[in-house]
Amino acid sequence: MKIEILGTGCSKCKALEEATKQAVAQSGTFAQIEKVEDIQKIMEYGVMSTPGFVIDGKVLSTGKLLSINEIKDLIHAH
Amino acid sequence: MWQESVNTIVYQWFGLSRGDKLADALNFFIYDTVKILLLLTTIIFAITLLRSYFSTEKVRVYLSKKHEFTGNVLAALFGIITPFCSCSAIPLFLGFLQARIPLGVTFSYLISAPLNNEIAIAMLLSMFGWKVAALYIGFGLLVAIVGGIVIGRLGLEKEILIEVKPLVGEIIADEQKIAFSVRLKDAKEYTQEILTKTWIYVLAGVGVGAFIHGYVPTEFIVRVAGADNIFAVPIATLLGVPMYSNAAGVMPLIEVLTSKGMLMGTALSFMMAITALSLPEAMILKRIMSLKLIGIFFGTVTLGIIGVGYLFNALL
Repeated sequence: MKIEILGTGCSKCKALEEATKQAVAQSGTFAQIEKVEDIQKIMEYGVMSTPGFVIDGKVLSTGKLLSINEIKDLIHAH
Repeated sequence: MWQESVNTIVYQWFGLSRGDKLADALNFFIYDTVKILLLLTTIIFAITLLRSYFSTEKVRVYLSKKHEFTGNVLAALFGIITPFCSCSAIPLFLGFLQARIPLGVTFSYLISAPLNNEIAIAMLLSMFGWKVAALYIGFGLLVAIVGGIVIGRLGLEKEILIEVKPLVGEIIADEQKIAFSVRLKDAKEYTQEILTKTWIYVLAGVGVGAFIHGYVPTEFIVRVAGADNIFAVPIATLLGVPMYSNAAGVMPLIEVLTSKGMLMGTALSFMMAITALSLPEAMILKRIMSLKLIGIFFGTVTLGIIGVGYLFNALL
């Protein structure tokens, strides 16, 4: 599983990356987490409100700082 | 009713006498902070909840089908109801262009969105009432529409420093299904977040306001910011342009200044300049557009805001 956090470096994006790391650790699954800061790449996902949360190329949330539990739910649902 | 309670606290519990400058300032401080913080909480919560039903992705799809003028008007209107943070200015800007929305229409949105941010609207409603809030929004829309049309007419597409690849084919916005309880929870969390960030500015603003209220003579303010000073509007606007995050702190100050003789148009210009333009936003935009375009953007909006101030002072 590959999780991408889309964000140009705002505080919410950093917080989401941190929450994702913790959520992955707690859920016990193996996932590769990548922070995408390149604006061209973010645009390719069609995301306009950062941070964006992407699992395996699918945008699951935009413009929102997800809580650790919400991220765990998204990981399990995937 | 709340005023009476504050009177009791200040004049009876603290034993200060009426008419005393310190007592007046303290009375004003307690009354205003509690009133503003309560209203701020309620209004921000309501706006955030309402906004959760509108996403910029949906707005983009809608706007991409509109032409100039209609597009400018709608973009400015959407700026009121969609959430905006200066950190998403870049993805938003490029996202609009990607959907082949004209540059001028994109700018109408970019001017309107920060101008009509939830803190400004909440502060205006709680301190000046709905009439001034409506005037602020109305004139703000005017600046956004006209500013966008002007920038659109100048043909500045080449001033965008990043190559924007237009999206191919039909653009669709995925509907994210969110339960009402989740929306309520999100709105509550967001309101808490805003309050923890702004309460100190509100306190500081009301504190300085209370000082002015109690100590600075009315004649001084009338002379500096009243009808006698024809340069009050441009000065207020230029002072307001670099400010942003402390909008919550400046509004209580403006309330006091207007009650002491600052003209409402001057006050409106000041408030608009604070919210519409900010240095951090300029720094962020510098990564994708030339200084020339940022200069034209800021210049157009500044002129528009000054125009609104004079117009308003002349009408009232």
